[in-house]
Amino acid sequence: MSREAILQVRDLVKRFSGFPALDGLSLAVGEGEVLGLVGPNGSGKTTAINVISGLIRPDGGSVQVGGRSASGLAAHQLARLGVNRTYQVPRPFVGLTVRQNVEVAAHYGGRGHAEADVDEVLAFVGLEGEADRPAGSLNSAQQKMLDLARALAARPRLLLVDELGAGLGPADLETVRARLAALAQRGVALVVVEHLMNFLASLTDRVVVMNAGRAIFEGDLTAAARDPQVVQVFLGG
Amino acid sequence: MSDIPPATPEAAPSPAAARRAGGAPAAVRHGLTILLPAVAVFAVAPRIYPNGALLFAMMTFLVLAQGINVIFGFTGYLPFGYVGFFGTGAYAASLALLRLHLAWPLAMLAGAVAAALLALLLMPLLRLSGAYFAIASLAAAEAMYQLVSNPALVPITNGPYGLSLQAVYDGPVSYGAMVGVLALTLAILIYLRTSRFGLALQAIRDDPASAATAGVDVVRSRALAWLLSALMAGLAGGVYAWHVSVFYPDTVFDLSFTVFAIVFVLFGGPATILGPLFGTLALYGLYDAIGISTPQYFQFIYGLLIVVLVLFLPEGLVSLLRRRGIRVP
Repeated sequence: MSREAILQVRDLVKRFSGFPALDGLSLAVGEGEVLGLVGPNGSGKTTAINVISGLIRPDGGSVQVGGRSASGLAAHQLARLGVNRTYQVPRPFVGLTVRQNVEVAAHYGGRGHAEADVDEVLAFVGLEGEADRPAGSLNSAQQKMLDLARALAARPRLLLVDELGAGLGPADLETVRARLAALAQRGVALVVVEHLMNFLASLTDRVVVMNAGRAIFEGDLTAAARDPQVVQVFLGG
Repeated sequence: MSDIPPATPEAAPSPAAARRAGGAPAAVRHGLTILLPAVAVFAVAPRIYPNGALLFAMMTFLVLAQGINVIFGFTGYLPFGYVGFFGTGAYAASLALLRLHLAWPLAMLAGAVAAALLALLLMPLLRLSGAYFAIASLAAAEAMYQLVSNPALVPITNGPYGLSLQAVYDGPVSYGAMVGVLALTLAILIYLRTSRFGLALQAIRDDPASAATAGVDVVRSRALAWLLSALMAGLAGGVYAWHVSVFYPDTVFDLSFTVFAIVFVLFGGPATILGPLFGTLALYGLYDAIGISTPQYFQFIYGLLIVVLVLFLPEGLVSLLRRRGIRVP
């Protein structure tokens, strides 16, 4: 499989009232690659995803998507470039039906090509039976899947997954893992933020360990667990 | 699980794409079952029912309620100062008639354009949300009122002394013009109810960040909704001024226009076509029946209604049907 870099992040800086949430983060993800993003709470993982997906503007550094500069683009522009995401706490359009939620993304998020097939997307995440229900009436596991469906309807080349597994039972977790693996198989680049190490180990090719807004380790998960700096960050001492 | 995930560029469009929440057939259906009957009733009613003033006022509120529906029901911004667009339209259209001697269609258009310009000026308010937006828009309407009624502007607006359009008054034609404005309003609502743009606005209302992630240009879409709703109020204001023909600044900048219209929308059900329509007919009908003769009872019922609605039916009467699985257009 070719590993053309879909996402290239260099020296990303983001400060919140002076506090450096991102302090020179660099990472790259290739086509079909699954990159795990790990680190203790507050290390900047979600901020990194918020900046890459255009929800907040970086104070410095650059983001390239498919070789083109994407620094400072708004979220809707990035969505149309093929960058999409799920949210840590699902954020459905509660007043719309499940189908309409996905329809909005299929129509507005498509990259000028044919629109994604809403039914196919719903079937892929297992929500085909809930299509006409109000999104607000879904349970939280279903809302997570709806977040994923909406992201997929925009036909992403790069999908940022922020703790999709958190709070799911073992069976659901395995389904989610299989779905994400299937996406990677089709060439979608994935950045997965997750605290569940078994989940990451079975899904990712590579992990980046973050601490205090920068990458302190890059490699496979087993090597990370042996890295003295990573151990210190997680366990203290 | 499907082994062909949809997130691939080569995934082909399918016929299912044609079966989405609305589209052209639904729009035509709503046009025939809602727009046409409503317009026909108001066009014919003056021949049967003698109280033309009530019919006219009802149409005015129908337009205002639907205008608030666009920016509040669909897009999620509650504009307490909505009457500012109505008053601005009233004054701009009247001055176009009186001072520029424009033909009435152009004068009404001038009213709409003036309201849209005011909306453009107030665009930064959309960066606020919730109560902040509501209050800021109210302040803007108050500022407009103070400007128009300022004694220093007597040579232009006649200041606090109001305007008289009796020289250009035409009852039947101005009534007909309001029927036209109502038709346009319902057409806009049918479009929003059946189009992807309407869905995008509701997405913004529910979660602006998610809407942006879904590819919706939030700033542009909500600006369009804001302009559209201002335009509707501006048109209604112009035709209203022409029809009543004598008015003062506090007639057309009266906050109760906004409050009534908001309650009509909430009562019927926001983000639908029928909700505000039904809410206006029922509540303005009630107002007309007892609000003028025994205002204390009306105010009592009205206040009670607001409390009950907010507590038990925040999505309006149409939600009673929706709970039974009936889709309300």
